Amino acid sequence: MTENPGDQPLRRTPLFETHVSLGGRMVPFGGWEMPVQYPAGVLAEHHAVRNGVGLFDIGHMGQVEVSGAGSLEYLQWLTPGDVSRLEDGQAQYSFLCADDGGVIDDIIIYRIGPDQFLVIVNASNTDVDFAWMRAHLVDGGRGVSQYLVNLTLLRPDRTLLALQGPQSLETLQRCSATDLSGLGYYRVMSAMVAGVDALVARTGYTGERGYEIAFDECDAGAVWNTLLEAGAEFGIVPCGLGARDTLRLEASMPLYGHELARSVNPYEAGLSRVIRFEKGPFVGAKALQAVQSSGRVRALIGLELTVPGIARMGHQILLPSGEVIGEATSGGPSPTLRKSIAMGFVPVAQAIEGAHLCVEVRGRRLDARVVAMPFYKRAPAKRREASPPG
Amino acid sequence: MSNPTDCRYTREHEWVRKDGDTYVVGITHYAQDSLGDVVFVELPEVGASISEGASFGVVESVKAASDLYAPLSGEIVEVNERLRDEPDLVNHHPYDAGWMLRVRGSAGASLDGLMDADAYAVYLETVH
Repeated sequence: MTENPGDQPLRRTPLFETHVSLGGRMVPFGGWEMPVQYPAGVLAEHHAVRNGVGLFDIGHMGQVEVSGAGSLEYLQWLTPGDVSRLEDGQAQYSFLCADDGGVIDDIIIYRIGPDQFLVIVNASNTDVDFAWMRAHLVDGGRGVSQYLVNLTLLRPDRTLLALQGPQSLETLQRCSATDLSGLGYYRVMSAMVAGVDALVARTGYTGERGYEIAFDECDAGAVWNTLLEAGAEFGIVPCGLGARDTLRLEASMPLYGHELARSVNPYEAGLSRVIRFEKGPFVGAKALQAVQSSGRVRALIGLELTVPGIARMGHQILLPSGEVIGEATSGGPSPTLRKSIAMGFVPVAQAIEGAHLCVEVRGRRLDARVVAMPFYKRAPAKRREASPPG
Repeated sequence: MSNPTDCRYTREHEWVRKDGDTYVVGITHYAQDSLGDVVFVELPEVGASISEGASFGVVESVKAASDLYAPLSGEIVEVNERLRDEPDLVNHHPYDAGWMLRVRGSAGASLDGLMDADAYAVYLETVH
């Protein structure tokens, strides 16, 4: 026996058989066996989310419950954001940062109640994150002990679906007697969905209006099918990891292992707005303060290819002179914009909107232009919406 | 979709069809289905030479790039220009409108080493 994690069997969500019966093409992802696409194909799934509604199984995401009287104090120490700014039913995008400021994971913290928080983490990082969170229960003389905080890994007992697209509210509302229309961006509430007790959050990873729905895994099949039936009128399709990736790339949302990594700090990734030094000390604060005062060395940029071709992760970014200055972290077609786009890190001096750069793809040098991110931004909603957490 | 009987097939899932004194090359239904939505096809210039078994281009799906391998040696006399704007022809019409190259075979070029439709169907059973 070896301890190679690659030898571990892939895990499956409760919807595995459902995906197979729908013709989903199952692939390994973050230790899980997940659908990369269904017969409609990645592009059709992508367009369904931009123009109608799509349903994703995201039961592979890690869910950690933080509860007890010390929860707020603990999360303030563990993460760089100001968790005290959250009201009940509000969510915050944040990080787990190491002492050197590098990103261990990007997370979403939901405040369910004063002493109850839900932390959603990436599938592939769940075990590392949970160990990190446990290790910081007894930390640096902060007076926080495991007696004041309970950490519970909710999965596999609880699963998660994402319903995303302009018709997501109409679809979801047909499955719930609770009025969901007032639920603002980055807000969460309890509701019955398809007859099941659920947490409904107005969050997502597509750049479109959408919801993420957590509930007991025994009900996964029933809730999935009810949502698909309710969305039929809007052309709902089940969506896989392929569309999830093209959608998040268009919306310039980072993917751990690509734009975010242990070797990347939030300043480099353009996500420093999360960091709140004024709230008091936290893990990684010293290192991040040093980055703030000396300035980041490199920056994440958006690139649009101006010639045919596709840049992918790992392709080199060059100056027109041929000097290599960085590497693409993600890239692919933008089905909505009908352009070829990419993200990557370059020295700050070269991160200038409009600058002409090149990407080397299989020995060919393709012209590209630095463009503002996000690549895609949906038209503003007619109603005024609650502003996202700062 | 059944594989046309007037084509020969490679183990890398290209097809080649003799058309008068030239050969037409594309990828099979199985290949396009495995790739998913094709978004870009990188082909050589007219006049370039290709050699049997060597990569002559790349087909990009949404998720990944895959090499294309020449089923025979020869000189390219035409490439499918429509694929520039309609790469999805490879998905929808892999054996006709989604063709890629027209090749004049080198002296002695032969398709004898390639599979016919029946042999390719058997081969597909083994790769599933």
